[in-house]
Amino acid sequence: MALARVQLPASAKRGEIIAVRIAIQHPMETGFRYDNMGRAIPKNVINSLRVRYNGAEIFRAEMGSGIAANPYLQFYAVAEASGEFDFEWVDDSGERGMERARITVE
Amino acid sequence: MITPVRRRFVALLAGLAAVSLLPFRAARAQVDPFTALLKQVTGGATVHPGRVSVDTPRLADNGHSVPLAVSVESPMTAADHVRSITLLSERNPRPLMATFYLGPKAGRAQVATRVRLNGTQRVLAVAQISDGSFWSGTAEVEVTESACLDMS
Repeated sequence: MALARVQLPASAKRGEIIAVRIAIQHPMETGFRYDNMGRAIPKNVINSLRVRYNGAEIFRAEMGSGIAANPYLQFYAVAEASGEFDFEWVDDSGERGMERARITVE
Repeated sequence: MITPVRRRFVALLAGLAAVSLLPFRAARAQVDPFTALLKQVTGGATVHPGRVSVDTPRLADNGHSVPLAVSVESPMTAADHVRSITLLSERNPRPLMATFYLGPKAGRAQVATRVRLNGTQRVLAVAQISDGSFWSGTAEVEVTESACLDMS
């Protein structure tokens, strides 16, 4: 589905606190807008995003229409071991998205 | 020169001013839109002010996308960490904007995002600490162009 961009350092020292950023291309439709035929555009937002670091959940977001279009999130994580960050999200229409990023920890 | 007439007049003015302020104060105290919402979020637990800071621009030109960062004072250890951060808006049609769940593996209790704001208002962030207590912080944002323009 949507395009997403994940940004985190390629490598980090063990125990270092790193910033993790994700931006997903998504209209985050509020449900309050109308199209040019006067029909209501149904609400469709990414309602949940889950981030796992080497399989363990480290961050989860439950979002509503109060989050701007093309949602952007930045949070932090302790670099424990080399591995993978898995990002998984789903919107109101049931569409799912995934993104992965690798990190090397020395 | 102070005449009795003038003195009475001044007293009357002061009295009027006091009376006109009273209902205004009462109305303000009643309409705290966050109290009912907070009950939903916390399940009736008391929310302490402090420990949470919300960082937004004081003046946001465009309410469709307002950068917002929340940070909570917490050591983020297994014994003492932030469990969740909830963002509430005073004037949005859906005041519950988002809830973020974190844990000790986050290292730092700070989340940044961009929110939609329907006009000038206060934004409230409520954090739940691992001991179950709730803390909150607010920020005032002036929005020149509101989101939700199509909501009529």
